[in-house]
Amino acid sequence: MSYVLGLRCRECGREYPKDVLYVCEYCFGSLEVVYDYAKIKKVLTKEKIASRPKNLWRYRELLPIDKEPITGFFSGFTPLIRANNLGKYLGIKELYIKDDSVSHPTLSFKDRVVAVALSKAKEFGFNTVACASTGNLANSVSAQSAFCGLRSFIFIPADLEMAKIVSTLVYGAQVVAVEGNYDEVNRLCTEIASRYKWAFVNINIRPYYSEGSKTFGFEIVEQLGWKLPQHIVVPVAGGSLISKIWKAFQELYKLGFVEKPRTKIYAAQAQGCSPVVTAIKENSEIIKPVKPKTIAKSLAIGNPADGYYAYSTVKESGGWGEEASDEEIVEAIELLAKTEGIFTETAGGVTLAVTKKLIEQKIIPKDESVVISITGNGLKTQDAVIPKLKKPWRIKPNLESFTEALKTYQG
Amino acid sequence: MAVKVRIPTPLQKLTGNLSEVEVNGRNIRELVENLEKKYPGIKERITDEKGKIRRFVNIYVNEEDIRFLQMEETPLKDGDEVSIIPAIAGGR
Repeated sequence: MSYVLGLRCRECGREYPKDVLYVCEYCFGSLEVVYDYAKIKKVLTKEKIASRPKNLWRYRELLPIDKEPITGFFSGFTPLIRANNLGKYLGIKELYIKDDSVSHPTLSFKDRVVAVALSKAKEFGFNTVACASTGNLANSVSAQSAFCGLRSFIFIPADLEMAKIVSTLVYGAQVVAVEGNYDEVNRLCTEIASRYKWAFVNINIRPYYSEGSKTFGFEIVEQLGWKLPQHIVVPVAGGSLISKIWKAFQELYKLGFVEKPRTKIYAAQAQGCSPVVTAIKENSEIIKPVKPKTIAKSLAIGNPADGYYAYSTVKESGGWGEEASDEEIVEAIELLAKTEGIFTETAGGVTLAVTKKLIEQKIIPKDESVVISITGNGLKTQDAVIPKLKKPWRIKPNLESFTEALKTYQG
Repeated sequence: MAVKVRIPTPLQKLTGNLSEVEVNGRNIRELVENLEKKYPGIKERITDEKGKIRRFVNIYVNEEDIRFLQMEETPLKDGDEVSIIPAIAGGR
């Protein structure tokens, strides 16, 4: 059963059939999936959703697949944690962490988008999937394509450290190291996508892929008891997640599950790569590309494809944006670990550091509900925190040596 | 001000399959107007109703993105090379 009507250009509104298309042939705008909400409203209820398995497919009517899904059966429905310890520290009464650092199977929110992309790729008849990525997306495409029995090719810049490649290679993907920077890798992939009949998850099937991000938003609302949070802070790289969370809230409103969204959405970026936040602060619709320089590598996209939509989401919702320095990012990673026992990657550090700033600036009020979006796991970016951490005690294997060390303990 | 302009594949239907054309113009705005005179229909593909460069069209003057220069008012001189490149999607 399909509820997808087709694709529509986000810029000029021209309509296209639901096919392997991703860019408007007229104005080059990006294409978005259009659903038949009237039809969905007739079949989908909160109760029906609640009765389904706890994975991202519980919202399948609102996802762009026509046949049965082939992966993602344990992806999504990650914990929404009432963060009382961190809330006390920040002075926020009602604080939540949406924790995709424990997403199955590759510990980042990319498992959501890839589950949708691969299911759709199979529907379209592809037997090879691919992506350009330096991290989380590469891990997820590689792992899930192994599970689905699809061939996968992962394109990376050649100078990437081996440690980062291991968690992609292990699943059997063919990793292609391209002698160039990330933008050059991306450009090459676009050319390969037009030559070979391969599904590049974030290029030629991007309209379908990016819809998977909505489930992050659906879950927050369901887990709050079908209530919208008053504030949500979201990390911005390409700009897709933040605009899809907003779309998710609007869709739940269209279906009559929640009242009209009044959630304020905030964009979090790193100081060394903040084209969207700069545009928000300058009130400029033009997103000026930058050359990234930050430890938050998973957010280091200097020319974000959906940058304008991230900007307009923030503006439309009445939110704001802020940026975090490398030092603030590391401090925030430690803060989250020490208060809530959650180890997030540098992107999560950016999001928490920005939340803290927005509270200090009184932009986020202390007496309203706030959700912090944690999208990845700290085990993947350990290098960032190592210099700041205490060294372990090194002792002889006897009690005396331990007692001596214990005297220096500072709790 | 003869300027060499590289035309992306999707717009080559309008330039008689030429991937490179020569046009005059003191700045990008004039260049687009003159392109339109030579190849009717091309302007509306590059700019919106208000004459601003479309969001997903990137224009480079000698390899530099005009968003780093002066946008539509970026000046041009003899021998400059202009590339029109549709933005491509991505994400890590």
